[in-house]
Amino acid sequence: MRSEADRPSPAIDRSAPIPKPIPLPHPSWWIGGAVIVLLAVLFTWTLVTNRNMKWDIALSYFFNWEILAGLGRTLVLTFLAMIVGLTLGIVIAIMRLSRNPVFQGVSWAWVWFFRGVPPLVQLVFWYNLALLFPRISLGVPFAPPLMSWDTNDLITPFSAAILGLSLTESGYAAEMIRAGIQAVSAGQSEAAASLGMTRGQALRRIIMPQALRILIPPIGNDTISMLKFTSLVSVLALPDLMYSAQMIYSRTYQTIPLLLVVTVWYLVLATILTGLEQLVERRFSYGARAAGIASRSPWRLALFGWLDRKAAS
Amino acid sequence: MPLLVVDRLSKSFGAHRVLNSISLSVDSGDVTCIVGPSGSGKSTLLRCLNRLEVPTDGVVYLDGEPVGLRWRNGKLYEMRPAELAFQRQSMGMVFQGFHLFPHKTALENIIEAPIIVKKKSRAEAIGEARILLEKVGLAEKADAYPHQLSGGQQQRVAIARSLAIKPKLMMFDEPTSALDPELVGEVLGVMRQLAEEGMTMLVVTHEMSFAREVCDRVVFMDDGAIVEEGPPQEVLGRPQHARTRAFLARVLAPG
Repeated sequence: MRSEADRPSPAIDRSAPIPKPIPLPHPSWWIGGAVIVLLAVLFTWTLVTNRNMKWDIALSYFFNWEILAGLGRTLVLTFLAMIVGLTLGIVIAIMRLSRNPVFQGVSWAWVWFFRGVPPLVQLVFWYNLALLFPRISLGVPFAPPLMSWDTNDLITPFSAAILGLSLTESGYAAEMIRAGIQAVSAGQSEAAASLGMTRGQALRRIIMPQALRILIPPIGNDTISMLKFTSLVSVLALPDLMYSAQMIYSRTYQTIPLLLVVTVWYLVLATILTGLEQLVERRFSYGARAAGIASRSPWRLALFGWLDRKAAS
Repeated sequence: MPLLVVDRLSKSFGAHRVLNSISLSVDSGDVTCIVGPSGSGKSTLLRCLNRLEVPTDGVVYLDGEPVGLRWRNGKLYEMRPAELAFQRQSMGMVFQGFHLFPHKTALENIIEAPIIVKKKSRAEAIGEARILLEKVGLAEKADAYPHQLSGGQQQRVAIARSLAIKPKLMMFDEPTSALDPELVGEVLGVMRQLAEEGMTMLVVTHEMSFAREVCDRVVFMDDGAIVEEGPPQEVLGRPQHARTRAFLARVLAPG
């Protein structure tokens, strides 16, 4: 329907300046935005002004040596568990893609078990392995063992933690890596085969480099997950970042300030890992820099802008 | 003694019989074109020759040796994968979809197999790769990644990559079907040059002018079987079978 204000379009005049349309107003954006900003400000204000937060005490513990030692253990656990988990994951993924039904079955069961059992249960289970197998021996079945250890000597809180965390990761990694390998087109395997490459050479030289590139974001994701999963090792009394803080606040009763310290440290580490992931992703994006199509994210620009400039000069 | 002999080759996918007792031989230095309607089994035949598809029945001989198989005490045994991989070095293959390695430059695509498969030194492989790039007219694109090249350029790099393993036979599986019309000529030009140099070639194609001008022999396939074969002027000029005539009428129809 036309109101009085509507006028028929004026005659087209090609000599006049190009008419500029007036953008459609979006009042709801402004109202919604204002409400959310207000809520965010209020929330931050309560956090900052709440005396129970005791920011001064939190600050004093931020670089406490116990906390820093715990932070170091958290990092070591994260990286070791990821390296072992990913290595196992590659093997399991290749077994799942094998044509041998035994390999397929075993790798399926592996993924089913280690993805299904909660890491916390696994940690406690591995730690108590001695109750199940008092001695661990290496040798030919049904013959006297070549080597033998007391399980309690092998299973420390640290080794139990690595076992539990990396085996859980291997289950997730296997599925992820399998998807990555399958995402590389069959044509790539065929091209490699037609050049006389064996399956192993094609996997190593052609398929895996392309699959890994696809897998950088999910591996980064898993690494950040693992960073947080390591806090479970407090049940083994292994002094990681979380357990170190727990030990301190059980002595000093400064629960909230120490939880704040832990929260900030985890966020700092997660931020660094996010940046690292983007750096790796950029390194692996073949030819992207040459073509100038490297994906740009505000993160990368902020964190690695200097690298871009260096690369450009 | 022909370079390639195909003896009663059949291939079924489940109940679907794609190739029905194909017999064929290709002499050294000859260029053979395989033409026929889509779905007639041309590509499957090519893929069975180097065992990207394992034939259901029949044997392929290259230089008198069965491909992927070995006679021992009058019985035919399947080879180990590494032995088959070695045989494939004698049979280069160019695909419709190019299948260049996207994480490697044009030069790296070409030197990959010589270094990894033939264990050549990197310097030697690079030297040979540059000559091959020159030959396909892409010397200045050595450091370009596949996504920076046009389809025609990618296919020419793919041809150079196959030539780098010094095959006795080059197989082309519809090498120009994925290309924009104006890029077809540059790929056919490289293939024409190869033919003139005496390379033995087996080409599945829809390019009738290429078949007529470059091929020594044309094989017409329909419904998984060879309908007729012979010199291009015979098969394309005076086809004996109604099916060949119908196909040619369709592909050569104006407009």
